[in-house]
Amino acid sequence: MRKDEKNGGNPKLVKVFIYLMLILLAVTILVPVAWVFVASIKENSEFYGNPWTLPQGFHFQNFVDAWQKANMGEYMLNSVIVTALALALLIVIALPAAYVLARFRFKGRAIWNTLFMAGLFINVNYIVVPIFLMLNDGDMFLRKMFGSPFFLNNLFVLALVYAATALPFTIYLLSGYFKSLARDYEEAAYVDGAGYFYTMVKVIIPMAKPSVVTVILFNFLAFWNEYIISMTLLTKAELKTLPVGLMNLMAAQKSAVQYGQLYAGLVIVMLPTLILYMCVQKKLTQGMTLGGLKG
Amino acid sequence: MKNRKKKTGFIALCVTPAIVLFIIFMIIPTIDVFRMSMYKWGGYTADKTFVGMENFSKLFTNPKFYQAFQNSILLIVIVTLVTFCLALVFAAILSREKIKGQNFFRIVFYIPNILSVVVISAIFSAIYDPNQGLLNSFLSLFRGEADPILWLGGQKLVIYSVTIAMIWQAVGYYMVMYMASMANVPDSLYESAALEGAGRISQFFSITLPLVWTNIRTTLTFFIISTINMSFLMVKAMTNGGPDGASSVFLSYMYQEAYTNSSYGYGMAIGVMVFLFSFALAGVLNAVTKREEIEF
Repeated sequence: MRKDEKNGGNPKLVKVFIYLMLILLAVTILVPVAWVFVASIKENSEFYGNPWTLPQGFHFQNFVDAWQKANMGEYMLNSVIVTALALALLIVIALPAAYVLARFRFKGRAIWNTLFMAGLFINVNYIVVPIFLMLNDGDMFLRKMFGSPFFLNNLFVLALVYAATALPFTIYLLSGYFKSLARDYEEAAYVDGAGYFYTMVKVIIPMAKPSVVTVILFNFLAFWNEYIISMTLLTKAELKTLPVGLMNLMAAQKSAVQYGQLYAGLVIVMLPTLILYMCVQKKLTQGMTLGGLKG
Repeated sequence: MKNRKKKTGFIALCVTPAIVLFIIFMIIPTIDVFRMSMYKWGGYTADKTFVGMENFSKLFTNPKFYQAFQNSILLIVIVTLVTFCLALVFAAILSREKIKGQNFFRIVFYIPNILSVVVISAIFSAIYDPNQGLLNSFLSLFRGEADPILWLGGQKLVIYSVTIAMIWQAVGYYMVMYMASMANVPDSLYESAALEGAGRISQFFSITLPLVWTNIRTTLTFFIISTINMSFLMVKAMTNGGPDGASSVFLSYMYQEAYTNSSYGYGMAIGVMVFLFSFALAGVLNAVTKREEIEF
Protein backbone atom coordinates (compact mmCIF):
# COMPACT_ATOMS: atom_id res chain seq x y z
CA MET A 1 0.00 0.00 0.00
CA ARG A 2 2.74 2.41 0.95
CA LYS A 3 4.35 1.79 -2.40
CA ASP A 4 1.22 2.90 -4.21
CA GLU A 5 0.86 6.09 -2.23
CA LYS A 6 4.33 7.13 -3.15
CA ASN A 7 3.38 6.96 -6.80
CA GLY A 8 1.25 9.97 -6.32
CA GLY A 9 -2.25 9.69 -7.63
CA ASN A 10 -4.98 7.79 -5.96
CA PRO A 11 -4.12 4.07 -6.01
CA LYS A 12 -7.79 3.08 -6.10
CA LEU A 13 -8.45 5.36 -9.02
CA VAL A 14 -5.47 3.99 -10.92
CA LYS A 15 -6.70 0.46 -10.31
CA VAL A 16 -10.18 1.33 -11.53
CA PHE A 17 -8.73 2.90 -14.63
CA ILE A 18 -6.61 -0.18 -15.33
CA TYR A 19 -9.61 -2.48 -14.99
CA LEU A 20 -11.61 -0.20 -17.24
CA MET A 21 -8.97 -0.45 -19.96
CA LEU A 22 -8.75 -4.22 -19.66
CA ILE A 23 -12.51 -4.64 -19.77
CA LEU A 24 -12.81 -2.28 -22.72
CA LEU A 25 -10.36 -4.29 -24.81
CA ALA A 26 -11.93 -7.58 -23.73
CA VAL A 27 -15.35 -6.27 -24.74
CA THR A 28 -14.18 -5.10 -28.17
CA ILE A 29 -12.82 -8.56 -28.81
CA LEU A 30 -15.58 -10.67 -27.29
CA VAL A 31 -18.63 -8.75 -28.45
CA PRO A 32 -18.10 -9.14 -32.22
CA VAL A 33 -17.24 -12.81 -31.84
CA ALA A 34 -20.23 -13.45 -29.58
CA TRP A 35 -22.44 -11.45 -31.94
CA VAL A 36 -21.61 -13.84 -34.77
CA PHE A 37 -22.73 -16.76 -32.64
CA VAL A 38 -25.97 -14.99 -31.79
CA ALA A 39 -26.52 -13.93 -35.40
CA SER A 40 -26.04 -17.47 -36.62
CA ILE A 41 -29.35 -18.55 -35.05
CA LYS A 42 -31.38 -15.58 -36.24
CA GLU A 43 -33.94 -15.81 -39.00
CA ASN A 44 -33.18 -13.90 -42.15
CA SER A 45 -35.93 -11.36 -41.54
CA GLU A 46 -34.39 -10.47 -38.19
CA PHE A 47 -31.38 -8.96 -39.90
CA TYR A 48 -33.28 -5.93 -41.10
CA GLY A 49 -33.36 -3.34 -38.39
CA ASN A 50 -31.35 -3.13 -35.24
CA PRO A 51 -28.45 -5.61 -35.25
CA TRP A 52 -28.28 -5.58 -31.45
CA THR A 53 -31.61 -7.31 -30.88
CA LEU A 54 -31.53 -10.81 -29.48
CA PRO A 55 -32.80 -13.66 -31.65
CA GLN A 56 -36.49 -14.47 -31.42
CA GLY A 57 -35.83 -18.17 -31.43
CA PHE A 58 -33.28 -20.79 -32.11
CA HIS A 59 -33.19 -20.96 -35.89
CA PHE A 60 -31.00 -23.99 -36.38
CA GLN A 61 -31.99 -24.22 -40.04
CA ASN A 62 -29.16 -21.77 -40.82
CA PHE A 63 -26.61 -24.41 -39.97
CA VAL A 64 -28.38 -27.05 -42.04
CA ASP A 65 -28.50 -24.64 -44.99
CA ALA A 66 -24.88 -23.65 -44.62
CA TRP A 67 -23.84 -27.27 -44.31
CA GLN A 68 -25.86 -28.53 -47.28
CA LYS A 69 -26.89 -25.68 -49.60
CA ALA A 70 -23.69 -23.70 -49.21
CA ASN A 71 -21.60 -26.89 -49.26
CA MET A 72 -19.82 -26.08 -46.03
CA GLY A 73 -19.96 -29.78 -45.12
CA GLU A 74 -18.05 -30.69 -48.24
CA TYR A 75 -15.56 -27.88 -47.68
CA MET A 76 -15.09 -28.97 -44.09
CA LEU A 77 -14.15 -32.43 -45.30
CA ASN A 78 -11.65 -30.92 -47.76
CA SER A 79 -10.15 -28.79 -45.02
CA VAL A 80 -9.82 -31.76 -42.71
CA ILE A 81 -8.13 -33.82 -45.43
CA VAL A 82 -5.70 -31.07 -46.44
CA THR A 83 -4.83 -30.09 -42.88
CA ALA A 84 -4.29 -33.65 -41.71
CA LEU A 85 -2.25 -34.61 -44.75
CA ALA A 86 -0.12 -31.48 -44.55
CA LEU A 87 0.55 -31.99 -40.85
CA ALA A 88 1.48 -35.64 -41.37
CA LEU A 89 3.81 -34.80 -44.26
CA LEU A 90 5.34 -31.94 -42.35
CA ILE A 91 6.12 -34.00 -39.27
CA VAL A 92 7.50 -36.96 -41.19
CA ILE A 93 9.73 -34.71 -43.28
CA ALA A 94 10.72 -31.99 -40.84
CA LEU A 95 11.50 -34.08 -37.74
CA PRO A 96 14.39 -36.13 -39.18
CA ALA A 97 15.70 -33.13 -41.10
CA ALA A 98 15.70 -30.90 -38.04
CA TYR A 99 17.36 -33.62 -35.98
CA VAL A 100 20.14 -34.21 -38.48
CA LEU A 101 20.66 -30.52 -39.22
CA ALA A 102 20.98 -29.81 -35.53
CA ARG A 103 23.13 -32.71 -34.39
CA PHE A 104 25.20 -34.17 -37.18
CA ARG A 105 28.25 -32.74 -38.85
CA PHE A 106 28.29 -33.17 -42.61
CA LYS A 107 29.22 -31.31 -45.73
CA GLY A 108 26.81 -28.53 -46.58
CA ARG A 109 25.28 -28.44 -43.12
CA ALA A 110 26.04 -24.75 -42.59
CA ILE A 111 24.65 -23.82 -45.99
CA TRP A 112 21.37 -25.62 -45.44
CA ASN A 113 20.98 -24.25 -41.95
CA THR A 114 21.44 -20.74 -43.31
CA LEU A 115 19.10 -21.34 -46.23
CA PHE A 116 16.34 -22.65 -43.99
CA MET A 117 16.83 -19.64 -41.73
CA ALA A 118 16.55 -17.35 -44.73
CA GLY A 119 13.39 -19.24 -45.65
CA LEU A 120 11.79 -17.80 -42.53
CA PHE A 121 11.71 -14.46 -44.30
CA ILE A 122 10.23 -15.70 -47.56
CA ASN A 123 6.61 -14.86 -47.39
CA VAL A 124 4.34 -17.40 -49.02
CA ASN A 125 2.20 -14.66 -50.53
CA TYR A 126 5.09 -13.44 -52.67
CA ILE A 127 5.73 -16.81 -54.20
CA VAL A 128 2.19 -18.05 -54.66
CA VAL A 129 2.13 -16.80 -58.26
CA PRO A 130 5.31 -18.65 -59.37
CA ILE A 131 4.13 -21.78 -57.56
CA PHE A 132 0.84 -21.61 -59.41
CA LEU A 133 2.59 -21.11 -62.76
CA MET A 134 5.01 -23.94 -62.09
CA LEU A 135 2.17 -26.35 -61.31
CA ASN A 136 0.24 -25.07 -64.30
CA ASP A 137 3.23 -25.73 -66.55
CA GLY A 138 3.47 -29.21 -65.11
CA ASP A 139 -0.20 -29.79 -65.88
CA MET A 140 0.14 -28.59 -69.45
CA PHE A 141 3.03 -30.97 -69.93
CA LEU A 142 1.11 -33.88 -68.43
CA ARG A 143 -1.93 -33.12 -70.53
CA LYS A 144 0.16 -33.31 -73.64
CA MET A 145 1.86 -36.53 -72.58
CA PHE A 146 -0.86 -38.46 -70.79
CA GLY A 147 -4.00 -36.49 -71.42
CA SER A 148 -4.83 -35.64 -67.84
CA PRO A 149 -3.58 -32.92 -65.49
CA PHE A 150 -2.49 -33.69 -61.96
CA PHE A 151 -0.99 -30.80 -60.04
CA LEU A 152 -3.69 -28.16 -59.88
CA ASN A 153 -7.00 -28.99 -58.22
CA ASN A 154 -5.37 -31.69 -56.17
CA LEU A 155 -5.78 -31.74 -52.40
CA PHE A 156 -2.61 -33.74 -51.94
CA VAL A 157 -0.50 -31.23 -53.87
CA LEU A 158 -1.98 -28.41 -51.81
CA ALA A 159 -1.04 -30.29 -48.65
CA LEU A 160 2.45 -30.77 -50.03
CA VAL A 161 2.81 -27.04 -50.72
CA TYR A 162 1.57 -26.27 -47.21
CA ALA A 163 4.07 -28.67 -45.70
CA ALA A 164 6.92 -27.32 -47.84
CA THR A 165 6.25 -23.69 -46.99
CA ALA A 166 6.00 -24.52 -43.28
CA LEU A 167 9.39 -26.25 -43.29
CA PRO A 168 11.63 -23.28 -42.37
CA PHE A 169 9.62 -22.35 -39.29
CA THR A 170 9.19 -25.95 -38.18
CA ILE A 171 12.83 -26.86 -38.66
CA TYR A 172 13.90 -23.69 -36.90
CA LEU A 173 11.74 -24.49 -33.90
CA LEU A 174 12.58 -28.19 -33.69
CA SER A 175 16.32 -27.88 -34.24
CA GLY A 176 16.38 -25.23 -31.53
CA TYR A 177 15.17 -27.95 -29.19
CA PHE A 178 17.46 -30.66 -30.53
CA LYS A 179 20.48 -28.41 -30.13
CA SER A 180 19.73 -28.06 -26.42
CA LEU A 181 19.96 -31.81 -25.77
CA ALA A 182 23.11 -33.35 -24.33
CA ARG A 183 25.22 -35.62 -26.55
CA ASP A 184 25.06 -38.38 -23.92
CA TYR A 185 21.69 -39.65 -25.08
CA GLU A 186 22.93 -40.73 -28.46
CA GLU A 187 26.26 -41.97 -27.18
CA ALA A 188 24.55 -44.21 -24.65
CA ALA A 189 22.27 -45.57 -27.34
CA TYR A 190 25.17 -46.22 -29.72
CA VAL A 191 27.08 -48.01 -26.98
CA ASP A 192 24.06 -50.25 -26.53
CA GLY A 193 24.36 -51.11 -30.18
CA ALA A 194 21.42 -49.07 -31.48
CA GLY A 195 21.62 -47.81 -35.05
CA TYR A 196 21.16 -44.19 -36.10
CA PHE A 197 17.60 -44.67 -37.18
CA TYR A 198 16.58 -46.58 -34.07
CA THR A 199 18.22 -43.96 -31.86
CA MET A 200 16.36 -41.15 -33.58
CA VAL A 201 12.95 -42.80 -33.49
CA LYS A 202 13.09 -44.45 -30.07
CA VAL A 203 15.31 -42.15 -28.03
CA ILE A 204 15.37 -38.62 -29.41
CA ILE A 205 11.95 -38.04 -30.95
CA PRO A 206 9.99 -39.15 -27.85
CA MET A 207 11.90 -36.51 -25.88
CA ALA A 208 10.92 -33.84 -28.37
CA LYS A 209 7.20 -34.43 -27.85
CA PRO A 210 6.42 -31.02 -26.30
CA SER A 211 8.08 -29.22 -29.20
CA VAL A 212 6.31 -31.44 -31.69
CA VAL A 213 2.97 -30.60 -30.07
CA THR A 214 3.76 -26.89 -30.36
CA VAL A 215 4.66 -27.32 -34.01
CA ILE A 216 1.44 -29.18 -34.70
CA LEU A 217 -0.66 -26.55 -32.93
CA PHE A 218 0.79 -23.60 -34.80
CA ASN A 219 0.72 -25.30 -38.14
CA PHE A 220 -2.78 -26.61 -37.59
CA LEU A 221 -3.98 -23.03 -37.16
CA ALA A 222 -1.95 -21.86 -40.15
CA PHE A 223 -3.16 -24.60 -42.49
CA TRP A 224 -6.76 -24.52 -41.32
CA ASN A 225 -7.01 -20.76 -41.73
CA GLU A 226 -4.97 -20.35 -44.92
CA TYR A 227 -6.86 -19.19 -47.98
CA ILE A 228 -4.64 -17.51 -50.58
CA ILE A 229 -2.75 -20.61 -51.71
CA SER A 230 -5.86 -22.74 -51.45
CA MET A 231 -7.85 -20.26 -53.53
CA THR A 232 -5.11 -20.13 -56.15
CA LEU A 233 -4.35 -23.82 -56.48
CA LEU A 234 -7.88 -25.22 -56.13
CA THR A 235 -10.24 -23.70 -58.65
CA LYS A 236 -12.87 -26.42 -58.84
CA ALA A 237 -15.94 -25.65 -56.73
CA GLU A 238 -16.10 -29.07 -55.09
CA LEU A 239 -12.50 -28.91 -53.90
CA LYS A 240 -12.60 -25.64 -51.97
CA THR A 241 -11.41 -25.50 -48.38
CA LEU A 242 -13.47 -23.88 -45.61
CA PRO A 243 -12.04 -20.33 -45.63
CA VAL A 244 -12.37 -20.13 -49.43
CA GLY A 245 -15.90 -21.48 -49.22
CA LEU A 246 -16.61 -18.82 -46.64
CA MET A 247 -15.34 -16.15 -49.01
CA ASN A 248 -17.80 -17.45 -51.60
CA LEU A 249 -20.58 -17.19 -49.05
CA MET A 250 -19.53 -13.61 -48.31
CA ALA A 251 -19.61 -12.76 -52.01
CA ALA A 252 -22.92 -14.53 -52.57
CA GLN A 253 -24.43 -12.78 -49.61
CA LYS A 254 -24.04 -9.44 -51.38
CA SER A 255 -26.47 -10.41 -54.12
CA ALA A 256 -28.89 -12.91 -52.62
CA VAL A 257 -29.06 -11.92 -49.01
CA GLN A 258 -28.59 -14.99 -46.84
CA TYR A 259 -27.23 -13.54 -43.62
CA GLY A 260 -28.21 -16.48 -41.46
CA GLN A 261 -26.32 -18.90 -43.64
CA LEU A 262 -23.26 -16.67 -43.71
CA TYR A 263 -23.00 -16.41 -39.95
CA ALA A 264 -23.68 -20.10 -39.51
CA GLY A 265 -20.82 -20.67 -41.95
CA LEU A 266 -18.61 -18.37 -39.89
CA VAL A 267 -19.38 -20.37 -36.77
CA ILE A 268 -18.56 -23.59 -38.61
CA VAL A 269 -15.14 -22.19 -39.56
CA MET A 270 -14.28 -20.69 -36.18
CA LEU A 271 -15.59 -23.35 -33.86
CA PRO A 272 -12.85 -25.96 -34.36
CA THR A 273 -10.09 -23.42 -33.77
CA LEU A 274 -11.87 -21.91 -30.77
CA ILE A 275 -12.42 -25.30 -29.14
CA LEU A 276 -8.82 -26.26 -29.77
CA TYR A 277 -7.67 -22.94 -28.35
CA MET A 278 -9.72 -23.35 -25.19
CA CYS A 279 -8.14 -26.75 -24.62
CA VAL A 280 -4.55 -25.80 -25.28
CA GLN A 281 -4.33 -22.04 -24.80
CA LYS A 282 -1.57 -22.34 -22.24
CA LYS A 283 0.53 -24.53 -24.51
CA LEU A 284 -0.03 -22.17 -27.42
CA THR A 285 1.00 -18.96 -25.72
CA GLN A 286 3.96 -20.67 -24.12
CA GLY A 287 4.99 -22.19 -27.41
CA MET A 288 4.92 -18.78 -28.98
CA THR A 289 7.67 -17.52 -26.75
CA LEU A 290 9.63 -20.59 -27.69
CA GLY A 291 9.14 -20.16 -31.39
CA GLY A 292 8.96 -16.45 -31.37
CA LEU A 293 8.26 -16.20 -35.05
CA LYS A 294 5.29 -16.50 -37.35
CA GLY A 295 3.14 -13.46 -37.68
CA MET B 1 34.42 -47.47 -42.95
CA LYS B 2 31.15 -49.30 -43.07
CA ASN B 3 29.92 -47.25 -40.18
CA ARG B 4 30.80 -44.09 -42.03
CA LYS B 5 28.82 -45.14 -45.05
CA LYS B 6 25.87 -45.96 -42.85
CA LYS B 7 26.08 -42.54 -41.27
CA THR B 8 26.18 -40.74 -44.61
CA GLY B 9 23.23 -42.77 -45.79
CA PHE B 10 21.25 -41.92 -42.69
CA ILE B 11 22.00 -38.23 -43.03
CA ALA B 12 21.04 -38.19 -46.69
CA LEU B 13 17.82 -40.07 -46.02
CA CYS B 14 16.80 -37.63 -43.31
CA VAL B 15 17.52 -34.31 -44.99
CA THR B 16 16.86 -35.06 -48.65
CA PRO B 17 13.04 -34.94 -48.61
CA ALA B 18 13.06 -31.63 -46.73
CA ILE B 19 15.70 -30.12 -48.98
CA VAL B 20 13.96 -31.25 -52.17
CA LEU B 21 10.61 -29.82 -51.09
CA PHE B 22 12.26 -26.63 -49.91
CA ILE B 23 14.03 -26.16 -53.23
CA ILE B 24 10.98 -26.91 -55.36
CA PHE B 25 8.40 -24.89 -53.45
CA MET B 26 10.44 -22.10 -51.92
CA ILE B 27 13.81 -21.47 -53.51
CA ILE B 28 12.82 -21.89 -57.16
CA PRO B 29 9.65 -19.78 -56.83
CA THR B 30 11.63 -17.07 -55.07
CA ILE B 31 14.21 -16.98 -57.86
CA ASP B 32 11.31 -17.03 -60.32
CA VAL B 33 9.88 -13.87 -58.80
CA PHE B 34 13.09 -12.03 -59.64
CA ARG B 35 13.56 -13.67 -63.03
CA MET B 36 10.00 -13.17 -64.21
CA SER B 37 10.04 -9.53 -63.22
CA MET B 38 12.20 -8.93 -66.29
CA TYR B 39 9.84 -10.61 -68.73
CA LYS B 40 6.70 -9.51 -70.44
CA TRP B 41 4.38 -12.44 -70.11
CA GLY B 42 0.65 -12.95 -70.45
CA GLY B 43 0.77 -16.14 -68.44
CA TYR B 44 -0.87 -19.07 -70.16
CA THR B 45 0.97 -18.75 -73.45
CA ALA B 46 4.56 -19.84 -73.82
CA ASP B 47 5.87 -16.67 -75.44
CA LYS B 48 7.77 -14.66 -72.89
CA THR B 49 9.78 -11.71 -74.07
CA PHE B 50 12.71 -10.40 -72.14
CA VAL B 51 12.18 -6.71 -71.49
CA GLY B 52 14.85 -5.98 -68.90
CA MET B 53 13.83 -3.20 -66.56
CA GLU B 54 10.80 -2.12 -68.56
CA ASN B 55 8.35 -3.54 -66.00
CA PHE B 56 10.01 -1.48 -63.32
CA SER B 57 9.98 1.74 -65.28
CA LYS B 58 6.28 1.15 -66.05
CA LEU B 59 5.76 0.60 -62.35
CA PHE B 60 7.23 3.94 -61.36
CA THR B 61 4.99 5.86 -63.70
CA ASN B 62 1.82 4.10 -62.63
CA PRO B 63 -0.30 6.06 -60.14
CA LYS B 64 -1.94 2.81 -59.02
CA PHE B 65 1.40 1.57 -57.76
CA TYR B 66 1.91 4.76 -55.80
CA GLN B 67 -1.54 4.41 -54.32
CA ALA B 68 -0.77 0.87 -53.16
CA PHE B 69 2.62 2.03 -51.90
CA GLN B 70 1.11 4.90 -49.96
CA ASN B 71 -1.56 2.72 -48.41
CA SER B 72 0.99 0.10 -47.39
CA ILE B 73 3.23 2.64 -45.73
CA LEU B 74 0.29 4.21 -43.96
CA LEU B 75 -0.74 0.78 -42.67
CA ILE B 76 2.77 -0.16 -41.63
CA VAL B 77 3.22 3.08 -39.68
CA ILE B 78 -0.18 3.26 -37.98
CA VAL B 79 -0.64 -0.44 -37.29
CA THR B 80 2.88 -0.76 -35.93
CA LEU B 81 2.69 2.30 -33.71
CA VAL B 82 -0.76 1.68 -32.26
CA THR B 83 -0.37 -2.08 -31.88
CA PHE B 84 3.05 -1.65 -30.35
CA CYS B 85 1.88 0.85 -27.74
CA LEU B 86 -1.27 -1.07 -26.84
CA ALA B 87 0.52 -4.40 -26.68
CA LEU B 88 3.29 -2.98 -24.53
CA VAL B 89 0.93 -1.25 -22.09
CA PHE B 90 -1.34 -4.26 -21.73
CA ALA B 91 1.60 -6.60 -21.35
CA ALA B 92 3.01 -4.38 -18.60
CA ILE B 93 -0.35 -4.25 -16.86
CA LEU B 94 -0.92 -7.99 -17.02
CA SER B 95 2.56 -8.89 -15.90
CA ARG B 96 3.17 -6.18 -13.27
CA GLU B 97 -0.19 -5.47 -11.66
CA LYS B 98 -2.14 -7.77 -9.42
CA ILE B 99 -5.19 -8.24 -11.55
CA LYS B 100 -8.18 -10.45 -10.85
CA GLY B 101 -8.83 -12.66 -13.85
CA GLN B 102 -5.41 -12.03 -15.31
CA ASN B 103 -5.55 -15.35 -17.09
CA PHE B 104 -8.97 -14.60 -18.50
CA PHE B 105 -7.77 -11.37 -20.07
CA ARG B 106 -4.73 -12.99 -21.57
CA ILE B 107 -6.82 -15.74 -23.11
CA VAL B 108 -9.39 -13.32 -24.50
CA PHE B 109 -6.83 -10.92 -25.97
CA TYR B 110 -5.20 -13.69 -27.94
CA ILE B 111 -8.45 -14.94 -29.53
CA PRO B 112 -8.27 -12.82 -32.73
CA ASN B 113 -4.97 -14.47 -33.50
CA ILE B 114 -6.42 -17.92 -33.89
CA LEU B 115 -9.21 -16.86 -36.23
CA SER B 116 -8.86 -17.09 -39.97
CA VAL B 117 -8.42 -13.75 -41.69
CA VAL B 118 -11.52 -14.57 -43.71
CA VAL B 119 -13.48 -14.89 -40.47
CA ILE B 120 -12.09 -11.59 -39.20
CA SER B 121 -12.95 -9.93 -42.49
CA ALA B 122 -16.49 -11.26 -42.30
CA ILE B 123 -16.83 -10.06 -38.71
CA PHE B 124 -15.62 -6.60 -39.63
CA SER B 125 -17.86 -6.49 -42.68
CA ALA B 126 -20.73 -7.06 -40.28
CA ILE B 127 -19.43 -4.35 -37.99
CA TYR B 128 -18.91 -1.84 -40.81
CA ASP B 129 -22.11 -2.56 -42.75
CA PRO B 130 -23.60 0.87 -43.44
CA ASN B 131 -27.24 -0.05 -42.73
CA GLN B 132 -27.35 -3.03 -40.42
CA GLY B 133 -23.80 -2.76 -39.10
CA LEU B 134 -22.94 -2.94 -35.44
CA LEU B 135 -20.86 0.22 -35.50
CA ASN B 136 -23.33 2.52 -37.22
CA SER B 137 -26.23 1.35 -35.12
CA PHE B 138 -24.15 1.90 -32.01
CA LEU B 139 -23.13 5.36 -33.18
CA SER B 140 -26.72 6.27 -33.98
CA LEU B 141 -27.24 6.43 -30.22
CA PHE B 142 -25.10 9.56 -30.28
CA ARG B 143 -25.55 11.03 -33.71
CA GLY B 144 -29.18 10.13 -34.25
CA GLU B 145 -30.47 8.95 -37.59
CA ALA B 146 -27.96 10.91 -39.65
CA ASP B 147 -26.64 9.54 -42.94
CA PRO B 148 -24.96 6.20 -42.35
CA ILE B 149 -21.16 6.27 -42.42
CA LEU B 150 -19.74 4.20 -45.27
CA TRP B 151 -16.84 2.58 -43.43
CA LEU B 152 -15.73 0.40 -46.30
CA GLY B 153 -17.33 2.37 -49.12
CA GLY B 154 -15.65 5.72 -48.61
CA GLN B 155 -12.50 6.44 -50.58
CA LYS B 156 -10.84 8.19 -47.65
CA LEU B 157 -12.20 6.13 -44.81
CA VAL B 158 -11.70 2.60 -46.06
CA ILE B 159 -7.99 2.32 -45.32
CA TYR B 160 -8.52 3.41 -41.71
CA SER B 161 -11.28 0.87 -41.32
CA VAL B 162 -8.84 -1.80 -42.48
CA THR B 163 -6.27 -0.41 -40.03
CA ILE B 164 -8.62 -0.91 -37.10
CA ALA B 165 -9.33 -4.50 -38.10
CA MET B 166 -5.60 -5.18 -38.33
CA ILE B 167 -4.87 -3.70 -34.93
CA TRP B 168 -7.74 -5.69 -33.45
CA GLN B 169 -6.13 -8.81 -34.85
CA ALA B 170 -2.55 -8.11 -33.82
CA VAL B 171 -2.60 -6.65 -30.29
CA GLY B 172 -2.95 -9.97 -28.47
CA TYR B 173 -0.12 -11.63 -30.35
CA TYR B 174 2.46 -8.98 -29.53
CA MET B 175 1.14 -8.61 -26.01
CA VAL B 176 1.78 -12.28 -25.27
CA MET B 177 5.22 -11.93 -26.80
CA TYR B 178 6.11 -8.91 -24.64
CA MET B 179 4.64 -10.58 -21.57
CA ALA B 180 6.99 -13.49 -22.06
CA SER B 181 10.05 -11.30 -22.08
CA MET B 182 8.76 -9.17 -19.20
CA ALA B 183 8.45 -12.31 -17.11
CA ASN B 184 12.24 -12.58 -17.28
CA VAL B 185 12.81 -9.21 -15.63
CA PRO B 186 13.74 -9.94 -12.01
CA ASP B 187 11.28 -8.68 -9.35
CA SER B 188 14.11 -7.39 -7.21
CA LEU B 189 14.72 -4.57 -9.67
CA TYR B 190 11.18 -3.32 -9.25
CA GLU B 191 11.36 -3.68 -5.49
CA SER B 192 14.45 -1.57 -5.16
CA ALA B 193 13.05 0.98 -7.58
CA ALA B 194 9.89 1.17 -5.50
CA LEU B 195 11.95 1.71 -2.35
CA GLU B 196 13.58 4.65 -4.01
CA GLY B 197 10.18 6.07 -4.73
CA ALA B 198 9.85 5.32 -8.41
CA GLY B 199 6.21 5.13 -9.46
CA ARG B 200 4.57 2.78 -11.91
CA ILE B 201 5.22 4.95 -14.93
CA SER B 202 8.85 5.66 -14.18
CA GLN B 203 9.41 1.97 -13.37
CA PHE B 204 8.00 1.12 -16.76
CA PHE B 205 10.31 3.52 -18.58
CA SER B 206 13.45 2.94 -16.54
CA ILE B 207 13.24 -0.82 -15.97
CA THR B 208 10.73 -2.66 -18.13
CA LEU B 209 11.32 -0.87 -21.41
CA PRO B 210 15.14 -1.04 -21.45
CA LEU B 211 15.17 -4.66 -20.37
CA VAL B 212 12.77 -5.90 -23.03
CA TRP B 213 14.34 -3.71 -25.68
CA THR B 214 16.03 -6.59 -27.52
CA ASN B 215 12.71 -8.31 -27.82
CA ILE B 216 11.09 -5.12 -29.05
CA ARG B 217 13.70 -4.77 -31.76
CA THR B 218 12.99 -8.25 -33.08
CA THR B 219 9.27 -7.60 -33.12
CA LEU B 220 9.77 -4.46 -35.20
CA THR B 221 10.96 -6.65 -38.05
CA PHE B 222 7.95 -8.90 -37.54
CA PHE B 223 5.70 -5.87 -37.66
CA ILE B 224 6.92 -4.90 -41.11
CA ILE B 225 6.79 -8.37 -42.57
CA SER B 226 3.48 -9.32 -41.04
CA THR B 227 1.78 -6.00 -41.76
CA ILE B 228 2.62 -6.30 -45.45
CA ASN B 229 1.36 -9.84 -45.35
CA MET B 230 -1.75 -9.38 -43.21
CA SER B 231 -2.82 -6.23 -45.01
CA PHE B 232 -2.95 -8.29 -48.19
CA LEU B 233 -4.99 -11.07 -46.61
CA MET B 234 -7.35 -8.60 -44.96
CA VAL B 235 -7.84 -6.38 -48.00
CA LYS B 236 -8.31 -9.32 -50.34
CA ALA B 237 -11.09 -10.76 -48.21
CA MET B 238 -12.72 -7.55 -46.99
CA THR B 239 -12.62 -4.99 -49.81
CA ASN B 240 -10.67 -6.60 -52.65
CA GLY B 241 -8.79 -3.33 -52.98
CA GLY B 242 -11.94 -1.29 -53.48
CA PRO B 243 -13.56 1.10 -53.77
CA ASP B 244 -11.63 1.90 -56.93
CA GLY B 245 -8.24 0.94 -55.56
CA ALA B 246 -8.60 3.10 -52.46
CA SER B 247 -7.62 0.23 -50.17
CA SER B 248 -5.17 -1.59 -52.41
CA VAL B 249 -1.87 -2.53 -50.80
CA PHE B 250 1.42 -3.89 -52.11
CA LEU B 251 0.57 -7.53 -52.46
CA SER B 252 -3.09 -7.13 -53.33
CA TYR B 253 -2.00 -4.97 -56.24
CA MET B 254 0.50 -7.63 -57.23
CA TYR B 255 -2.08 -10.39 -57.06
CA GLN B 256 -4.57 -8.33 -59.01
CA GLU B 257 -2.10 -7.56 -61.78
CA ALA B 258 -0.98 -11.17 -61.98
CA TYR B 259 -4.41 -12.81 -62.07
CA THR B 260 -7.03 -10.33 -63.11
CA ASN B 261 -4.90 -8.58 -65.70
CA SER B 262 -2.77 -11.63 -66.47
CA SER B 263 0.42 -9.59 -66.58
CA TYR B 264 2.60 -11.92 -64.58
CA GLY B 265 5.90 -10.21 -65.33
CA TYR B 266 4.59 -6.86 -64.22
CA GLY B 267 3.08 -8.43 -61.11
CA MET B 268 6.38 -9.99 -60.20
CA ALA B 269 8.14 -6.65 -60.61
CA ILE B 270 5.83 -5.38 -57.89
CA GLY B 271 6.81 -8.39 -55.80
CA VAL B 272 10.49 -7.59 -56.20
CA MET B 273 9.93 -3.99 -55.17
CA VAL B 274 8.06 -5.08 -52.04
CA PHE B 275 10.77 -7.58 -51.25
CA LEU B 276 13.50 -4.96 -51.47
CA PHE B 277 11.43 -2.35 -49.68
CA SER B 278 10.67 -4.57 -46.70
CA PHE B 279 14.27 -5.65 -46.35
CA ALA B 280 15.52 -2.08 -46.57
CA LEU B 281 12.96 -0.88 -44.03
CA ALA B 282 13.81 -3.70 -41.64
CA GLY B 283 17.49 -2.88 -42.01
CA VAL B 284 16.96 0.80 -41.35
CA LEU B 285 14.79 0.15 -38.32
CA ASN B 286 17.32 -2.28 -36.97
CA ALA B 287 20.13 0.24 -37.35
CA VAL B 288 18.14 3.09 -35.83
CA THR B 289 17.07 1.12 -32.78
CA LYS B 290 20.49 -0.34 -32.20
CA ARG B 291 22.01 2.88 -30.93
CA GLU B 292 19.48 3.25 -28.19
CA GLU B 293 20.27 -0.09 -26.69
CA ILE B 294 23.33 1.42 -25.02
CA GLU B 295 20.99 3.15 -22.62
CA PHE B 296 21.01 0.27 -20.18
